[in-house]
Amino acid sequence: MSTKDLNFYYGESQALYSISLAFEIKQVTALIGPSGCGKSTLLRCLNRMNDLIPYSRAEGGVFLDGEDIYDPSVDVVALRRHVGMVFQKPNPFPKTIFENVAYGLRVNGIKDKTFLRDRVETSLKQAALWDEVKDRLHNSALGLSGGQQQRLCIARALAVEPEVVLMDEPASALDPIATQKIEDLIHELKTTYTIIIVTHNMQQAARVSDVTAFFYLGKLIETGKTESIFTRPRLKETSDYITGRFG
Amino acid sequence: MIGKTDTIQGRRKWLQGTMFGLFRVAALINGMALLLVVYFLVARGWRAINWTFLTQPPMDSMTKGGILPCIVGTLCLSLGAIFIALPIGVASAIYLQEYARPGRVVGMIRLGINNLAGVPSVVFGLFGLAFFVVYLKMGVSILAGSLTLAAMTLPVIIGATEEALRGVPSTYREASLGLGATKWQTIYRVVLPAALPGILTGAILGISRAAGETAPIMFTAAVFYTPSLPTSIFDEVMALPYHIYVLATAGTDIEATRPLQYGTALVLIVLVLGLNLVAIIYRSRLRKNR
Repeated sequence: MSTKDLNFYYGESQALYSISLAFEIKQVTALIGPSGCGKSTLLRCLNRMNDLIPYSRAEGGVFLDGEDIYDPSVDVVALRRHVGMVFQKPNPFPKTIFENVAYGLRVNGIKDKTFLRDRVETSLKQAALWDEVKDRLHNSALGLSGGQQQRLCIARALAVEPEVVLMDEPASALDPIATQKIEDLIHELKTTYTIIIVTHNMQQAARVSDVTAFFYLGKLIETGKTESIFTRPRLKETSDYITGRFG
Repeated sequence: MIGKTDTIQGRRKWLQGTMFGLFRVAALINGMALLLVVYFLVARGWRAINWTFLTQPPMDSMTKGGILPCIVGTLCLSLGAIFIALPIGVASAIYLQEYARPGRVVGMIRLGINNLAGVPSVVFGLFGLAFFVVYLKMGVSILAGSLTLAAMTLPVIIGATEEALRGVPSTYREASLGLGATKWQTIYRVVLPAALPGILTGAILGISRAAGETAPIMFTAAVFYTPSLPTSIFDEVMALPYHIYVLATAGTDIEATRPLQYGTALVLIVLVLGLNLVAIIYRSRLRKNR
């Protein structure tokens, strides 16, 4: 997945300036930067979640498997099946654990019970939640702890077998132990999925990502291997930010 | 210094105490008003209520007998109204809240709905007479009355449904759309179930209002007297609120039928409460199941 000269506007104000960035397949890319720098906006351009915001518009291209997802011929609904998303706050539906994970499959017209059961189990296992919930799949998802809920949301996103998983500060509402579990999970998942994660937590970006992109005021300032960004940033803004001098 | 702080503290505490006291009195007045109404109805009406009263039509120029046709009529009218108003109201609210882009058209529709809520019920009655009864040739009938009542309860239902839809976290919508659901699937499978308790509250309010109104059905559905029960939606009916009005203002012997008037009012209140109770029980069950 990649973007080319992507500009994004909320009404009159421009939020992204000519972003060109390629996301490596089966790698974790971290988007970092101070609040309001456009990293979440960029993330939400990647599955066109920004379409929901009135008076917003995108210019330039976002490419998935060589196809521009902003092309008028693209079906947004189908696109979102290929680009899954995990949100900042755990947001399971007020349904059972099983129905939460099966939701994406059901809306895509899958009715086969055995298939649904298998996919739900696989997804919950992938999200490292199966052992904790296998005996209460038909209880409400709202009875789970915050960390479990977030892993459920990850399982829900994985169930439709996306290529890319977008994560918008997935651990910011969780305690350290739950955060640790999510980070371990991200390590596991990158063997199968391309992951793009927005985070405010420098240590988290350093721990989980392979590539880091630093944003400031809607511009992509610097990008490179996480290791080199954190040890030898080329630009002063980047080093100032990651060492905590501003932001 | 400390002494001064203490007087200020004392004043603040006194003020807080007084205000809370006032709020408590306000709340009590509310409760008292309801209790008084119910007390009067029960005290004056309970003697009138017996098996004959509930299962027989009025007799002897409505000075004796029962009110069965009124009970049946009111049930038909209010259930009819809610069956018409609920789908239209919920659909309108979904359109306004989920689909329509804010703009001049939506602003106009909103303005219309708000004004509809402010129209006096007697005006609805005249409108129903002119439009449903005469122009659409429905005659004085359950159908015309239900439609008139539905028009009157629409704003209540739309308002409550919009409120309920607004209360559904946008993160549910985002999560659903993010999984490749269409907008309609999102609304149907996630948003509406989450909003259902609130929508039911609107339905409860609507049905209570519909059951109790006199003016809208006076010219459209209710008649002074008919001993027979309705067999189709084109029949005219007796109705509890109109029956009370008739007995109290135009009956053959107004003083002698006082107990009957209070008895009828008591039945009306119990009926509305019963209808509400069904919805409330259903709603609490929905809330428990999530």
